[in-house]
Amino acid sequence: MTDVLAVTESRRGELRDVSFEMITAGRSLADGLGGDLHLLVVNGDVDAFADELNREGVDAIHTVDAGEEFNHGVYTQAIEAAHGALSPTALLMPNTVNGLDYAPAVAGSLDLPLVTDVVGFDADGALEVTREQYGGKVETTYELDADAYALTVRPAEWPQAEGTGDAAVESLDVEIDDTALGTTVNGFEEVAGGDVDITEADVLVSVGRGIEEEENIPLVEELAEVLDATLSSSRPIVDNGWLPKNRQVGQSGKVVTPDVYIAIGISGAVQHVAGMKGSDTIIAINTDPNAPIFDLADYGIVDDLFEVVPELIEAFGGETPEV
Amino acid sequence: MKILVTVKEVAEVEDEFEISGLDVDDRYLDYDLNEWDDYAVEEAVQISEENDDVEVVTVTIGPERSEETIRMALAKGADRALRVWDDDVEAAEFLDANTKAELLSAVVEAEEPDLVLTGVQSNDDSYGATGVALAERVDYEWAAVVNALDVEDDTAHVHRELEGGIEELTDVELPAVMTIQTGINEPRYASLRGIRQAQRKELDVQGLADLGFDADVLETPVERTSMYEPESESDATIWEGSAEETAGELATFLREQGVVEG
Repeated sequence: MTDVLAVTESRRGELRDVSFEMITAGRSLADGLGGDLHLLVVNGDVDAFADELNREGVDAIHTVDAGEEFNHGVYTQAIEAAHGALSPTALLMPNTVNGLDYAPAVAGSLDLPLVTDVVGFDADGALEVTREQYGGKVETTYELDADAYALTVRPAEWPQAEGTGDAAVESLDVEIDDTALGTTVNGFEEVAGGDVDITEADVLVSVGRGIEEEENIPLVEELAEVLDATLSSSRPIVDNGWLPKNRQVGQSGKVVTPDVYIAIGISGAVQHVAGMKGSDTIIAINTDPNAPIFDLADYGIVDDLFEVVPELIEAFGGETPEV
Repeated sequence: MKILVTVKEVAEVEDEFEISGLDVDDRYLDYDLNEWDDYAVEEAVQISEENDDVEVVTVTIGPERSEETIRMALAKGADRALRVWDDDVEAAEFLDANTKAELLSAVVEAEEPDLVLTGVQSNDDSYGATGVALAERVDYEWAAVVNALDVEDDTAHVHRELEGGIEELTDVELPAVMTIQTGINEPRYASLRGIRQAQRKELDVQGLADLGFDADVLETPVERTSMYEPESESDATIWEGSAEETAGELATFLREQGVVEG
């Protein structure tokens, strides 16, 4: 009863990166607990996935061949069966959109305490986990006083596992009760298409909540123009309908890796950072010196964008629009 | 049809703040309606405007202070509100997602809504778990991270917003809990008329006993042990001076890097 059971994730025929991060996180927790790391693979080509997941640190891989795509009812049943068979101390699940579609239900039905979006843990003694709060401005630690618990771990927080493992792979005998499934997944839709592909841009001028109003958007449009850059944005700008979806950088938008990324009025929430941290040079303009974006930036200006951007436009011979 | 919407009053931390004990000192917290819940309220109100006989009820776990936020939801078109609170809840150090789901489950069982809309997460704690945990407890179906919702008879056709610009198209049997993503609609501003009407709408306060619980329901094996400001990982070069000077530094940098010619 010191084992870790980590659930992997795939979509449309491919394992997602987070699955390999689950190995690293799971191995580190299993070492702390002094137990084995078990992986659970539920949908897609589970045998091929098991091969791919057989990396250093994995002790056993359990497969449940249950459908091509994710369905939270199937996952819930499969995880409950695996948990019953293995009685792990820790149930690790990814803090992804799909992870959040089953983890709270599984924790509920298995009567496990749940802590989500974990960014660190210390299993030396009672388990202590670390997570962020108030948009990353503070970190909090939680102690879990329980023999068994469930955690969801933040994507891209642990590195992906590498190397070749020698895990035992076995098919778990689970009878999925189709009549208990209350949802039907009918397909997928690609959004965020359109005329501009921000992933192709060398220089991105990216605008966030700090721009305050739709009427102020021409300011950053002009800056992009004089820099011969492409305009992108963080989520709130697209939610508000001020820029189209194809301009959105972040977890639910596009992942970009330009030479230069100029973040204007963007605080740097984790979902945004997931989409731009691979940029070569990051420049941030923000009034809040504690904004998480400065943790990532190579260069920064702590000042009001409405002061700095007009000066910048002028420096490149442009004309600041009336906003 | 009845729609229950969970409405949370969230705390936002000011740029400069201090931590006292296990939380940010109250002096540095500003309270507002959770951004995700604003979209959930709007979605419910839109459904009630497009269909006959739809009642929209909000439920909040929160102290008296949160009534300002609740009135805002009522002003935007919700019909009545419930607030869960008493001295025992006040005394609890913090409520984890399982505890909140347990409290809300009693409200769902009493109200028997066809649809429960929650935000995907809250701005402050960001657990992202309460809605789905609630669905499991009351034996409702659910869908997490919904950015399009169309209710037809006893089925909801939803889009779930996955990572990387992909949406999953899913049918969900009702009754169900949906966790609502920002951007699903355009939340309205409360009208003056709405704000006046909201003052007269029912806002019922229920304690643990009213919901059939005693204080044990608040016990959780999850205990918050510390809160601190993370050490800055920043090694950014910060240009200082007036806006003209900093913009000048940046302009020089961009030219030197060959980003911009001339």
